[in-house]
Order: sequence, then C-alpha cells, then structure tokens
Amino acid sequence: MSEVQTEATTEKRPKKPRIPRQSMPEQSPEERIHNFNEVPFGYTEELAKLEASRCIQCKKPMCIDGCPVEIDIPAFVQLVVEGDYAAAARKIKETNALPAICGRVCPQEEQCEVVCVLAKKREPVAIGRLERFVADWEREHGLVEAPKRPAATGHRVAVIGAGPAGLTVAGEMAKYGHEVAILEALHEPGGVLTYGIPEFRLPKEIVRKEIDYLKSLGVTIECNVVVGKLVTVDELFAEGYEAIFIGTGAGAPWFEHLEGENLSGVLSANEFLTRSNLMKAFDPEHADTPILPAKKVAVLGAGNTAMDAARTGVRLGAGEVSIVYRRSRTEMPARIEEIHHAEEEGVKLELLTKPIRYLGDERGRVKQMECIRMELGEPDDSGRRRPVPVDGSEFLMDVDCVIVAFGTNANPVLGQSTPNLELNRWGYIKADEENGQTSIPGVYAGGDIVTGAATVILAMGAGRKAAKAMHEYLMSLGGEGSQPASGE
Amino acid sequence: MFPVRRKTQLSEDVFDFDIEAPRIAKKRQPGQFVIVRVAEGCERTPLTIADADAERGTIRLVVQRVGTSTRKLCDLSEGEAIRDVVGPLGKPTHIENWGHCVCIGGGVGIAPIYPITRAAKEAGNRITSILGARTQDLLILVDQMAELSDEAIVITDDGSSGKQGLVTDALRELVGRGEEIDMVICIGPTVMMKFVALLTKELNLPTLVSLNPIMIDGTGMCGGCRVQVGSETKFTCVDGPEFDGHLVDFDDLMKRQRVYFGQEQESLKHYHEKCKLGA
Repeated sequence: MSEVQTEATTEKRPKKPRIPRQSMPEQSPEERIHNFNEVPFGYTEELAKLEASRCIQCKKPMCIDGCPVEIDIPAFVQLVVEGDYAAAARKIKETNALPAICGRVCPQEEQCEVVCVLAKKREPVAIGRLERFVADWEREHGLVEAPKRPAATGHRVAVIGAGPAGLTVAGEMAKYGHEVAILEALHEPGGVLTYGIPEFRLPKEIVRKEIDYLKSLGVTIECNVVVGKLVTVDELFAEGYEAIFIGTGAGAPWFEHLEGENLSGVLSANEFLTRSNLMKAFDPEHADTPILPAKKVAVLGAGNTAMDAARTGVRLGAGEVSIVYRRSRTEMPARIEEIHHAEEEGVKLELLTKPIRYLGDERGRVKQMECIRMELGEPDDSGRRRPVPVDGSEFLMDVDCVIVAFGTNANPVLGQSTPNLELNRWGYIKADEENGQTSIPGVYAGGDIVTGAATVILAMGAGRKAAKAMHEYLMSLGGEGSQPASGE
Repeated sequence: MFPVRRKTQLSEDVFDFDIEAPRIAKKRQPGQFVIVRVAEGCERTPLTIADADAERGTIRLVVQRVGTSTRKLCDLSEGEAIRDVVGPLGKPTHIENWGHCVCIGGGVGIAPIYPITRAAKEAGNRITSILGARTQDLLILVDQMAELSDEAIVITDDGSSGKQGLVTDALRELVGRGEEIDMVICIGPTVMMKFVALLTKELNLPTLVSLNPIMIDGTGMCGGCRVQVGSETKFTCVDGPEFDGHLVDFDDLMKRQRVYFGQEQESLKHYHEKCKLGA
C-alpha cells in the first residue's frame, strides 16, 4: 500500500489552517499490474470525516445541480462529518440506487465537483470519494436494507437492458410501487458495468450487490432475453406490460475499415473487454474463454474504454502497451485520473498518430501497423483542433494485438424489429430529451441508445427522468393497471 | 436453467439433444441459432437450431465435441440442465419457391441444413440433398433428410457409405446429367463451403452458405464474428449467419477461426486431466 498522500494547496497567507483535499490510498503500480484487484482502497473513516469537513455547506449548493441524479450532496456530506454513515447512505439512495458504482466511475470532475465553490480558489470537496466511502461502509457493515415498499399500483413495466439506464429506471419504478421486470440479453445483468468496465476499476462483486439491492426493491431480472428476437415490443404490450423502457446501450463496435482490419489480433475493445470481464478470460483456471497472449498491444482511441483496454492488456502480461491517438494529450476524452493510472502502469502514449493499415503474417495474424504522424490544424465542428496528416511521416509499428476503441454505433437488433420506433440517421432512438418519450406511446428510451456512447451517470440521469415521466404516464392510464396498452 | 430432455449419440463426437426452451421453440425460424453457456465458467457457444417442437417446448441441437465447453455440453445427461440458452439469434433463412433447390450438408452441418431443407420443401421446391462426410460414422440424419428430399445423394471421402468422393463431385455430376438447378444451400465445414461456392460460381448457380465464426455475445456487440462479404465487413451474428457464398472471403474466415487453436488445445488438456482426477 502506498502512503496516504495529500494533494497540497499552496496559498500564501491562509487565514486558518486549511485541510487539503484527501487522496485515497491505493495499490502501487508495481504491485497492481500483476493483479486484477481494485486499484484504490477507498477512504478510511478518519480520511472520510476529514474530507467531509472541508465542505462549507453552501446556502445555495451548486453541486446538486451538477449531479445528473441530483443527490443532496451537502446533506450526505454533513452526515459523514457527524459519523452517521448509515444515514448518509440512505440520503444518497433517495435519488441514486447505485452509489458504490457511481462513486467509482462517475466523472465527478466535470459534474458535481467542477461547480463546488471550493474549486474556485482551491480544490473541490472529493464528493465522489465520499460517495464511494459511504456506500462501501454500508455494504461492508451489512446494513444495506430495502426501504419500505409502497402500496402496489398494479401497473406493470418492462425494462429492456440491465445496464445503468435500465437499472435506474427499474429502481425508480419499483419505488413508485409498480411491478418491474428487466429483460437482459446477456447471461448476467449490469450491461457495461459487467462486460465493459474491468474488475480493477469496478469489482463485479459490488455490481452484484447493488443489483441485489434493486431486487430487494421487488425488481425481477430475466437474463438471456434478446428483445427484438425472442419477444418484440408489441408482444410485451400484449403480455400486459403497460410501459416499456429501452436502455439497450450503443453496443455495436465502430471499425474504421482500414486495410487488414480483419486480421486475427485486431479486435474491438468490446470483444477484448467482454472476454476479460464478462467471460473472465483473465482467470484461465476457472474460465474456458481464451484471450490472446499478446506482447505488443496498440490500443486505438483515447477514451475511458481505451484506458480500460490498455490497463487490462498490461495485467494480462503484455510487455508493451501503447495508446495510439490522432490528437494531442489535451484532447484525450478519458478522465485525467484514468490516463494517470494508465501511465503509472507503463502504458505509452503515441499521440498525434493515426493508423493507416495493418499488416499480417502468413497465418493471418497482425504483426505490424502502419501509422502516420498528425499535426493539429484549425478547430473542427467539435471545437477541437483538427488533426492533419504530416506528409511523408508514415512509419511501421510492431504489434501482435490491436484493440480498436474508437467508439460504438447503435445496435440494430431492437430497431429492426420495432417498425414504429423512430430512429435518427445514425440509428439511435429518437427520444424526448426531458422525459425519454419515443415515437410510440408508452415506450421510453434513454442512455447510450439515445445519445450515443456517453457515461454511466448520464445514462442513469436519463433513466431517472424517464422513470418520472413513465410514472406519470401510468398514473394517467388510471384504474388498477393491467389495461393492455396498444403498441401502435 | 434449460433441462436436457433427450440425448442421443449420433457418432463418436456428435450428440443430438432436445433442450427445454419453450419460448425459443415457439419463436425460432429455420437458419437461426442459439448461444449456450453450459455452466459457470464455460464459453458462450453458438449452435444452429436443428429443429424445434413448439408444443413440447423443446429445441433440437446437434453438437460436435471440439473444445472444452462443447465437451462439457456433451457430458450432460438427460435431466441435467444447461445454465444459459439465448436466442433465437441471427436472421432466418430467406425461403422462396425457387424451383429446384440443392441442399448440401457436410458432417455436423447436416443438422442445420435439415430445418432449411424442410422449409424449402414446404415452400414448394423440388429438393435434391447431397450429404457428405469423411466417413460413414460421421454422417448424421440421413434418413430424415432422405424423407424430405426428392433425391438424396450420400457421398463419403472414403466410400464407406454412398459414393466415394466430395460433395462437389456429386454436385458436378448432377449438373453433368443435365439437371437445372435454381438454388444451392450449403452448410458444413468452412473449407467445404469454400469449394462448393467456387464451383457454383463457375456454374453460375446462386448459393447460400451459413457461417460459423468465433462469436461471443451473438447480438452485434463484440464484432468477433466479422467476415468479409464482397466489399463489406459483416457481423455474422446480426447480418447473417447466411450470406451469398460467392461473396464470402472463406480464406479470411478460416484464418480467423483458428486464432485460439493453441489455447483451446491447452484448455482441453486441462479438462481431460481434471476429469481423470475426478474419476
């Protein structure tokens, strides 16, 4: 374990001794590259109290608005100061059923923490770390308890996809008293929390426990159900579900269609991570699913998924792992913390570099990647400076595995089987930004299948809004429910 | 859980199962497949649905023992259960009344060609089936295929059953005797499909093949099953599994299918050792 470090703030003449923002103790890079255990250990009670005491309890707290699920942050932080962690956990769970997950994977630095008043002059309160501490404390002390169930409304809701959006909708709808069934295509619930985010960043035991909490609210989860194949949206209505939420994610990998892309050893980040996370290929003693024993890995792209893939590659024993990205460090979309962790673990950054084609050996395995160097030109539509190839800068990079982490497309399966469901030109579902309403009455959608690839918490935020609208919709149907609504 | 209702051994390494999966049995159409995960720790294995009985609520799967997970599947007895079965996946076969349809099945590929042959028959086609294998022991469902066919030709590499030769020889002979052929559907080992497609391209016969690449989720999420079809990269799980045989890059597919061969052998060795210890 490394020493507890403090992120020092330098101020010339402090009026009173200031407590610096507290770091979490974590596994050292040398140690953690050999295991899949979680990297940070989390706050101790002392550290949590100290950090919580930094909150000045603003009269008009900005942090709540910064949170996509509007957690009453000052209130839970105050409960941490008072040492009433169980109450703090209950406070968070009023609006967020998955706090141990959010405390780990939310980009707080661009949500609640960026608007923290302290951030103007010093460093913001470490809200994410406190959320994580509270959720872990509650779970580790066996105090997770289901809130009282409200009277059943008699209304039935189907949720398609057990990822962050679907789980949130399910939790909210159960709290309103509706009967909720989640239908999940894979053999385990969790969506990207299970197949995508690695164990060392989000232990699957924690995902399972948070899902157990939802089940304790009365939510049922049926795995191995591909909606669009085994059952259609119209058939769900016919089965008596009165409102349906679609949270199927943006699960189709994006390829650039470069020469040699179908060589063995060139694979999507989705495939690589699914093999390692969902299928547990990192543990060959207990899992049959193989993963390539690569020595020189290039990961294409610079988002959080790219960092996850690179760090997984390191742990699987690749001696050399590089992130290949066509823009510069400033434009990298991954969280700074993830980039920092990756670099600590020896991941190299090949910036301003773009692959052109892949070269293989006689067995059809990738052995080299031809790249070209880039330079930044004028800003493009996204406001980022457009990368432009540098003539004559082509070079070959030796690789035996290339992980494509450029992003994802909309998955076509559900759209193809639901003719009335309006999609945009990229295949994502058209849904009202405020309430998730789609072109079919009673059908709502949210998360990546609406917005394209985004974050866990934004999907959860969309789920919360949709749940509120779905509740109002169900109540407007009147009666005791069980009126089969039309799928038209 | 999905209980095994019936299990029959068809040849040394090929087993025939009825699996209780009522909703899939009701929904599936010819050409579609399921993904099974036998138990915790097992791979997700794609298997074409050979048949289904909607009333009994069962689907029929014909499984060849190849790697560790298929071996574990074949070790299940009646009454035991598969942990996960998901489907029906993939697009159903596009069936119409083409006229004369030649259905070619190779080895364990005869199982998935069976429901397609029946659908083609029901659509009004005249059916000639060509059933091939290395040797007699590896031929399956011959009687059932013969029942559906106006003519059934059996051919083995070693001549132990039917004629001696390859399925392409039988197809050539059909054409040689002046048969008009309107559609060829071929399912079998990739190398067999490759040579059938080469021949039918030469003969200008439209040809459908069903591919069996490496696959994980089966819902378009991982892209492991991508295959070159003409100028496009297709995902077998959601765009297929059937494609125009004249457009598929079979050499590319075969290389991709072999990528984990070494690790599969290693895994199988461990499994055999464990079984010996347990015995």
